[in-house]
Amino acid sequence: MPSVSMTVNGKAVSGNVEERTLLVQFLREHLRLTGTHVGCDTSQCGACVVHVDGKSVKSCTLLALALEGANVLTIEGLAEPNGPLHPMQEAFRQNHGLQCGYCTPGMIMSAIDIVRRKGHELDERTIREELDGNICRCTGYHNIVKSIAAGAKAMAQGGAPRQAAE
Amino acid sequence: MYNFTFHRPTTVRQAAGLLAKNPDAKLLAGGHSLIPVMKQRLAQPSALIDLAKVEGLHGVELKGRSVVVGAMTTHSDVANSPIMQQALPGLAAVPAAIGDPQVRHMGTIGGSIANNDPNADYPAACLGLGATIITNKRKIAADDFFTGMFSTALEDGEIITKVSFPIAKKAAYEKFKHPASGFALVGVFVSKRGPEIRVAVTGAGANGVFRVKSFEEALKRRFAAKSLEGMTIPATGMNSDIHASAEYRAHLVGVLARRAVAKATA
Ligand code: FES
Ligand code: FES
Repeated sequence: MPSVSMTVNGKAVSGNVEERTLLVQFLREHLRLTGTHVGCDTSQCGACVVHVDGKSVKSCTLLALALEGANVLTIEGLAEPNGPLHPMQEAFRQNHGLQCGYCTPGMIMSAIDIVRRKGHELDERTIREELDGNICRCTGYHNIVKSIAAGAKAMAQGGAPRQAAE
Repeated sequence: MYNFTFHRPTTVRQAAGLLAKNPDAKLLAGGHSLIPVMKQRLAQPSALIDLAKVEGLHGVELKGRSVVVGAMTTHSDVANSPIMQQALPGLAAVPAAIGDPQVRHMGTIGGSIANNDPNADYPAACLGLGATIITNKRKIAADDFFTGMFSTALEDGEIITKVSFPIAKKAAYEKFKHPASGFALVGVFVSKRGPEIRVAVTGAGANGVFRVKSFEEALKRRFAAKSLEGMTIPATGMNSDIHASAEYRAHLVGVLARRAVAKATA
């Protein structure tokens, strides 16, 4: 089996994988980073979103071998173990931006990428438009949108996010 | 997904050599059409030749009166290219409306046109601007490139390297998005470059992207939405499926063409 090496959450990792191994399989099954989920396996739901070289992508639609040398960030890499949550994670917690939580890792990884591209002042329309590739079956999106607006602001301050006003 | 061998050439020549050696190989661009199809086992290439590391296939540049886009340039890179936004804003808007942000980070122009999905947006833009598709072997006019649903003029061993778009003074795209998939139920690209007027339609035709000569003639008299007032195209040869009937698609072609011309002349 061919081998692949990449950086995941700041650490150099490598493994031998079948050619058809998807990035999400490599993350979950080889590295045991199970925070990245598979909701659809058809590039639609966004539960599998991670960052590759700083951009949000769907890890169910990438081959692990195609990521040779890439820099991958998953939900596990956002905060230190036992340290404070990333401001976007904290915003989801404070604004009740999740119910079952299945979509949440993907939502948060997409949200951080929205901030990278669109800045810290996000209106509802922008957030909803930009969440085109993320599906949530529980929340109805309302609190996710609130969470992302609050998290985006908090990321600018670099501190703890404020609770969004009702 | 069936397994395959995986190759990562760094030059077009190497990629072509690998293609020649592996007759059942497929080129991998962004993979956002190919990998889903492989998962469904509707495609089972013996080898994948990944073009991601091939030099010279990325980027948007101005060359005389054209904008030249490398085949591996992603949708988000084309949409956000300052060169494209300045020279051909009507074209920059096309990849900006493909899929979702994650898909736009991976999907490429070369992959999109080589696949020639009958509902894809780029084929309409290529045909609607009279683009030239440049391969490792030759240059192909868009009018000759798209030969039917999922089929193109590309021959075995041929690799798209660039797409060259002539800069049109007026150009715009309007699409009626399928609400779930985001694909164009119907999309119309219009352009005017000097005396040359083009109206290209994706999503509607049973044979993939096509031009509407009757609309082009009408717009030659005056390039304005009014010139197309009341005009439709026949429903024969239109796609008909659970999403829309042939008649509805034919109707949308007229509506979207008028909107696109209005946008281009705004
Ligand atoms: S699992 Fe990747 S998009 Fe749904
Ligand atoms: S919180 Fe359950 S899917 Fe989003």
